[in-house]
Amino acid sequence: MHASTSHPEQRLRLERVTKRFGTHTAVDAVSLDLAGGEFFCLLGPSGCGKSTLLRMVAGFETPDSGAIRLGETDLTALPPHRRPVNMMFQSYALFPHMSVAANLAYGLKGLGLSRVQSAERVRALLRLVRLEGFEARRPEKLSGGQRQRVALARALAREPRLLLLDEPLGALDRALREETQGELRAIQRRLGTSFVVVTHDAEEAMALADRIGVMERGRLVQVGPARELYERPASRYVAGLLGDVNLIDGRLGRPEPGGIRSVETALGFLRASGEGEAGNPVVVAIRPERLVVSGEGAGLQGRLTEATFLGDRIRYRVEMANGSTLRASAALPAAGPVPSVGETVAVAVPADAARILPA
Amino acid sequence: MSGLSQQAPPTGDDRSSPVAPAHGGRRTSAERMEAGHRSASMQVKVSRGLVRGLPLVWLALFFLVPFAVTLKISFSSPATAQPPYLPVLEWDGGLEGWREFFEALDFQNYQMIAADALYRDAALSSLGYAALATAILVLIGTPTAYAMARASARWQPILVALVIVPFWTSFLIRVYAWIAILKPEGLLNAALMKLGLIAAPLPILDSPFGVLIGLTYAYLPFMVLPLYAVMSRLDPALTEAAADLGAARARAFFTITLPLSLPGLAAGALLCFIPMVGEFIIPDLLGGSETLMLGRVLWSEFFSNRDWPLASAVAVLLLILVVGPVVLFREAELRREEAAEGGGR
Repeated sequence: MHASTSHPEQRLRLERVTKRFGTHTAVDAVSLDLAGGEFFCLLGPSGCGKSTLLRMVAGFETPDSGAIRLGETDLTALPPHRRPVNMMFQSYALFPHMSVAANLAYGLKGLGLSRVQSAERVRALLRLVRLEGFEARRPEKLSGGQRQRVALARALAREPRLLLLDEPLGALDRALREETQGELRAIQRRLGTSFVVVTHDAEEAMALADRIGVMERGRLVQVGPARELYERPASRYVAGLLGDVNLIDGRLGRPEPGGIRSVETALGFLRASGEGEAGNPVVVAIRPERLVVSGEGAGLQGRLTEATFLGDRIRYRVEMANGSTLRASAALPAAGPVPSVGETVAVAVPADAARILPA
Repeated sequence: MSGLSQQAPPTGDDRSSPVAPAHGGRRTSAERMEAGHRSASMQVKVSRGLVRGLPLVWLALFFLVPFAVTLKISFSSPATAQPPYLPVLEWDGGLEGWREFFEALDFQNYQMIAADALYRDAALSSLGYAALATAILVLIGTPTAYAMARASARWQPILVALVIVPFWTSFLIRVYAWIAILKPEGLLNAALMKLGLIAAPLPILDSPFGVLIGLTYAYLPFMVLPLYAVMSRLDPALTEAAADLGAARARAFFTITLPLSLPGLAAGALLCFIPMVGEFIIPDLLGGSETLMLGRVLWSEFFSNRDWPLASAVAVLLLILVVGPVVLFREAELRREEAAEGGGR
């Protein structure tokens, strides 16, 4: 369904890939279909199996069952050095006893390139990651950002059909990370190579990827574009992983016309969108920025306990009648009053912003 | 608007009120700390001096002084006396005594060593045995250490313990045990004959081959342990990266693992080569009377001939022989570091 027709040889298919370490199932029957030329992110906390999955695609782990295919090639039984796939390591794994140029040229051996072609490829790679003039340096003489770029260039040297990146920005500081995100995207677009990135940082995943796959305890629980995952998470786990969210327990009411359902909660009846059988316990998920807090007006009544000014927005905490707290955030109005702490406020919940999730 | 402005002053107060007294308090405590720091830094200096000085004192006492004594004896002449050499320094002889003492010293022993082919042959054969055994140890020790470093985390301590276990038995007894294995009617010959590989016992004991077996066996841990120490600390991602970049196992080993293990390899080689040049027990027990090594020559000069001065001269020669490789190694290290520095221009 996602396979692109432009790069069929880059299409990656995982078919019920499973990996166990002893009694622990690290990767549990993961199936995935990636189009060629796609920038895909595997997102999840540490220990969710995302790195193991990546290492299986690279060939460093063998699946206990399932198959990994790239285009028409079955990778499952191929040793890593024979896979048309390259990996950028989290630690970069640059060869410390070799210069930058030797690191970049390491993968070119055996490709049947002449010495001149090889040197030309190294020059092109240096240009790609803006490291011209650094070819004679040893990795230890480079900054963290430069090392990261050498690692990226080295992984691209063999012109892989698929590039795997394990926490590629994890070792960089915050300012550099944002800049590098943009570069990584630009390089991916220019080359048209499929990128699969593993990260635990939801913001990074959203900034980089065309699509995100969320992993939870070895299973791939939801796959989709960032916005879809953010606005229509399939579970409270996904909702909580991608940004802040208010979760309110309740019981689902009967279907109403227009796809909107009524949910009976401790805060009263809420109107929300989603499906399910009437009477079932559910959770209503609402992003803080979709709640509307006002001094007067319609909505749930509560007392404002905190209003934090954050420059571009204000973050509110509203204590509800039953003692629970709702978090809301709003853009700063150009003019007009802002509710003050201690005041009674109304919190409006737009029905399209409230998602019904399984409890 | 009103909500924000009302909220701001209390938080400002909250912050400033505890800060103001804390600031005054911090200054006095800082002064106190500085005063304490000065006496502490004195202590640190003294203890640092001790830490640096102790090894020097140790080396001077147990290496430099004995070496000076040996060097002096090597310039003396043998005598039928107690001690068996001349001259002996008379502490109450005054300046005249010192002058006589130094005039009596000469290079006679070294001239004798240079003139007699026995010593040259013993030196060359010692170097030959040590070099050959070191080469064999590199060939056996490298794959052993590599296999240990790649074993699972559960197995590694067990394997290290297995390498160290022989040290729990006396070196002498272990070499003795090899006699029982290597002798004509010993275990090895009996097994080879049972298998029908040989018709008559091989003369392994009392042959150069026996010495090499003994040297290789006895020094293997000294080759394996430094290599293992370096190899086990290599990031496993490095060999994975090599494989990822198309290198098969062998290429990854020879281009990544081995070059990065060279410091361990060099340390192990020196740790084996140096004592092997002067080895006495192994050639004496396993090499028979034909095996010529400096350790044995030294022993017979000292104990059989009671020629302490000549034995001392042989000992000095031995020291010069083994210092050579150390100096060469240091120089290679320095050059390598310089090359790395140069690469960073």
